[in-house]
Order: sequence, then structure tokens, then C-alpha cells
Amino acid sequence: MRLTIREALLSFRRAPVLSVLAVTTIAFALFVLGLFGLVAVNLRGALTQIEERVEIVMYLTRGTPVEVVTVAIGDIDAFPEVESVNYVTEDQALERARQQLVEFQGVFDDLATNPLPASLEIHLKPGFRDSRNARTVAQRLSGFRFAEDIRYGSDWVAKLDRLRDIAGVVGLVLGAGFAAAALIIIGTTIRMTVLARRREIHIMRLVGATDGFIRRPFLLDGALKGALGGAFAIALNYGAFLAVSRGLFQAAFFSTEQSALFVLFGTILGFAASALSVGRHLPSA
Amino acid sequence: MIRFNRVFKAFPKGSLALKDVSFHVAKSEFAFLTGHSGAGKSTVLRLIYADELPTSGTVRVSGFSTANLKRREIPKLRRRLGIVFQDFRLLEDRTAEENVAFALEVTGTRRSVIAPKVMRVLAQVGLAAKAQAYPRELSGGEQQRVAIARALVNDPLVLLADEPTGNLDERATRGVFQLLRDINATGTAVILATHDLDLVRQAPYRTIELQDGALVYDSAEEDERHEGVASQ
Ligand SMILES: Nc1ncnc2c1ncn2[C@@H]1O[C@H](COP(=O)(O)OP(=O)(O)OP(=O)(O)O)[C@@H](O)[C@H]1O
Ligand SMILES: [Mg+2]
Repeated sequence: MRLTIREALLSFRRAPVLSVLAVTTIAFALFVLGLFGLVAVNLRGALTQIEERVEIVMYLTRGTPVEVVTVAIGDIDAFPEVESVNYVTEDQALERARQQLVEFQGVFDDLATNPLPASLEIHLKPGFRDSRNARTVAQRLSGFRFAEDIRYGSDWVAKLDRLRDIAGVVGLVLGAGFAAAALIIIGTTIRMTVLARRREIHIMRLVGATDGFIRRPFLLDGALKGALGGAFAIALNYGAFLAVSRGLFQAAFFSTEQSALFVLFGTILGFAASALSVGRHLPSA
Repeated sequence: MIRFNRVFKAFPKGSLALKDVSFHVAKSEFAFLTGHSGAGKSTVLRLIYADELPTSGTVRVSGFSTANLKRREIPKLRRRLGIVFQDFRLLEDRTAEENVAFALEVTGTRRSVIAPKVMRVLAQVGLAAKAQAYPRELSGGEQQRVAIARALVNDPLVLLADEPTGNLDERATRGVFQLLRDINATGTAVILATHDLDLVRQAPYRTIELQDGALVYDSAEEDERHEGVASQ
């Protein structure tokens, strides 16, 4: 075991440039993956926030009697998707407008009649807060005779959904590209190490070392480089996260578990790369 | 213990390196393997340590047979053999002691037993005093002794020596040869491939001679063989 570790560490000294290159490519592969992962994580955060605010607003025809509206509220509240229904009268709408649009205070004061319609604000239950359910409910609402207009944030939600998917795919593709590069570079490092250690490997074979034993340092070496690359990737991602958080908006970072997963993923990547190339290069040594 | 049965060996681009070779070497025996350059001596040794497999016929070594030898059994087979070469094949960046210990480390020997074993074999080959020396600080004869110590450290049944004195002067040659005889005296079989006929004449050991891949003389079956050769 000591021998295995020593040999694995020696490879950094034997081929420093290639070793650094291998670690860097793995780091970049995971960095890119992580960057898009961060985008996805933050988009998901944003989406839940937006989803929580998803509400359907039904504007009522002017002069709809309160009794009719009350009955309707009871009906709508009974929809399986609906969490709550909030009745905003014409006066309340005007009051809100006054508060929210302070700059136009004067305009509202001068009004002889209130131009704002009354409305019902409908919140959906968690799990139903997506564009498909919002549309279903909206369609059902349009059946009410006094429904003047129905609005819901479906476009927004759908667009964000799509953005998240795209971020995920781009991240995966770019990450896979870098991972492939890392695979090739680790393969080259191993070929070099096998060449540099040909004498030792030859003697190991002569005295009866098993193939597994001869392979082990290479596998450990690859796993080590992968773990290092994963750690670097986390550092790079954290840098990017800080830059964005300071300059643009408050973003979220990976959890400790997700960060650990990065290092693990790097380790597996490095190990797999070694296993693949050592299988090809050792038999000829 | 080592038995060749009608062994033929053809290399991809070449004529037959071995043609119908059969012989048997017993436990604790000392056998010379002689013949001109290219006669097939190294090929015989390589078949013994399963570096190559026979094209036809079988090679049996201490319970292993090329007829059903699996790749993962080769290390086990080699641990019963000690192998030395003309060019020593030591690791330049390790001391004599470390070179010998290497053979134990890579075969998974417990660390606590390595040091005493290494010292014992280094003493056996007369190099206890030079344990800390690097190969470049040792004479050719001394380097070959380190290589022999490395071959012995796993307590082999057979020591295979391919031209071990090829790079040595006469004095060092005698020293190494005497060492091999001493090793044989402790019960380890020795197969010594050489074209140094002076060496062969120095001791009354079994001699197997190859010529162009064919076994032309075996002192153990001297009479039979003589008839065979004479009738050709
Ligand atoms: N790997 C190989 N590929 C092709 N031909 C080979 C190979 N190894 C050996 N040979 C051939 O097999 C024949 C026997 O070679 P071998 O090395 O056994 O001879 P040798 O008796 O050990 O000679 P020397 O005394 O010079 O070491 C030679 O003709 C050689 O060219
Ligand atoms: Mg030879």
C-alpha cells in the first residue's frame, strides 16, 4: 500500500506539466458543469419564488352584484387546484393603485369615477403552480358570465422552465466535452508514466507482482488527480458565485453535499480515465 | 519439476526458435543450457517463466502446465522462480537493499519480514556490507550478486540464469559461478544458460545443448542422444 501511494504521488514529479494539465482539465470540466449547475440551482430558486406568486387574476364585469361574486368565490374555492380566492373590490383596487403608484397620486385624486375593475385573485395549491394547471383553471374560470378578462403568469413560468432546461443541457454538453479532454490527457499521462516506469514494471512482472498490483498506483494516481480537479472546480465555482453575488444579484451556492458530490465525481472521472488507459497501455509494457 | 514435452516455438516473424525440445530437470538439479548464439537458450528460459507460450507441446513447471495456464496464475508461477540476466536489470534509483526489497514489496510481503529477509540474502551473496550502495557504485560482479539476491529472496524452487556472467571478467565470473553452486547446494535447482564452455567444463553438471532450436545433446541421456546424432 505504501508503495502504491508513493508511486501514485511520484507521477506528479515525473510528469508535472501533464499532471497539472490533467488536474486543470478535470477542474474545467467540472467547473463548467458546476457553472451551469449553479444557473440551474438559482433558476430553480427563482422559479419557486415566482411559482409561489403564481396567481390567476379574473377581472369582473363592472356592476356584477356582490351576491353573485360571493357564490362564485365559493365555487372557485372548491376547485381542487385552488388554495385561496381573494376578492378585490373596485375601491380596493383604486386604493392599491394609489399606494403603489405614488407618482400618479394627483391623477387618481382628479378622477370622477373609478376606472379600475374589481377582481378575484386566485392562488393555486403547491404542486399545481405551473403553467399547465394555471391554464386549466383559467379556462374553467372563463365559463363565468361576469369574467371580463383572465390573466395568469404562464408565459413567464414556461420561459423560465425552458431556460433551466437549456442551461442544464448546455452544461452537460460542455462538461462532457471537457471530461473527454480530461480522459485523453489522463490517458497520455499514464502512457508516459508507463514508459518512464517500464523497467520497474518489467521487474515487477518478473518477480511475480500481479496485474492488479501493478495497476493500482495508476488508478490511485488518476483518482487523486480527479479529486484535486473536483476541489479546484468547487473553488472556481465559488469564485464565480462571489463575483455574481457581489456585482449582480444575491445568488445561491451549492450545499456542502453537492460540493462533496463534485469531488466524488472528479474522483470517479479520474479513476475511470486511468482504468481505461492503463488497460490499454500496460499489456505492452 | 520442469518438464518440456515436444515443445515447438515459432515467433511471428521468424523461423522455428525451438524444434521438438523435450527434457526434464529435477528438484535441486544444476543444469547447463548451452549452444551458440541464437540456438534458443533464452527462449527455453522464457517458456519456463511463461513470458512466452509454446506454439505446440507443453511446458510444465512445478504443478503449472502451459496446457491450461491462466494469465492470472503467471504471477504465482513466477514467485516460485528466481530469474537473473546478463544485464542485471536493477533499478538505478534504488540501493542494493531496496532493489532486493522491491521483489518482496511488490509481491505483498508483510513489511516486518522484509528487512530481515533482505539482509539474509544479501549476506548469502556476500554483499551485506554494500547494502546501502546504488548500482552505479557497484562493480558488475557485485551488481549481479544483488540481482541474484533479489532472485533468491522469494525462496524460489529454481534459479533461472540467462548468461549471468556474460558481462563479467574472469574473476567475477568465477565468483558468480561459485555463488550459483553454493545456492544449488542449499537445494535450489539452477538452470544456467551460457555459451561460455570454460564454465561448463569447470563442473560435472548436467548439460543440455541446443543447436538451431533443436536439442542436440543432453548429458543425462548421453548414450541415446549420441546414437541419434550419429545417425543423422
Ligand atoms: N521475440 C522474438 N521474435 C522473433 N524472433 C525471436 C524472438 N525471440 C527470439 N527470436 C529468435 O529465436 C531464435 C532463438 O533466440 P534465443 O534468444 O532463444 O537465442 P539464444 O540461444 O538465447 O542466443 P544468445 O546466446 O545470443 O542469447 C533466434 O533466431 C531469434 O532470432
Ligand atoms: Mg539469449
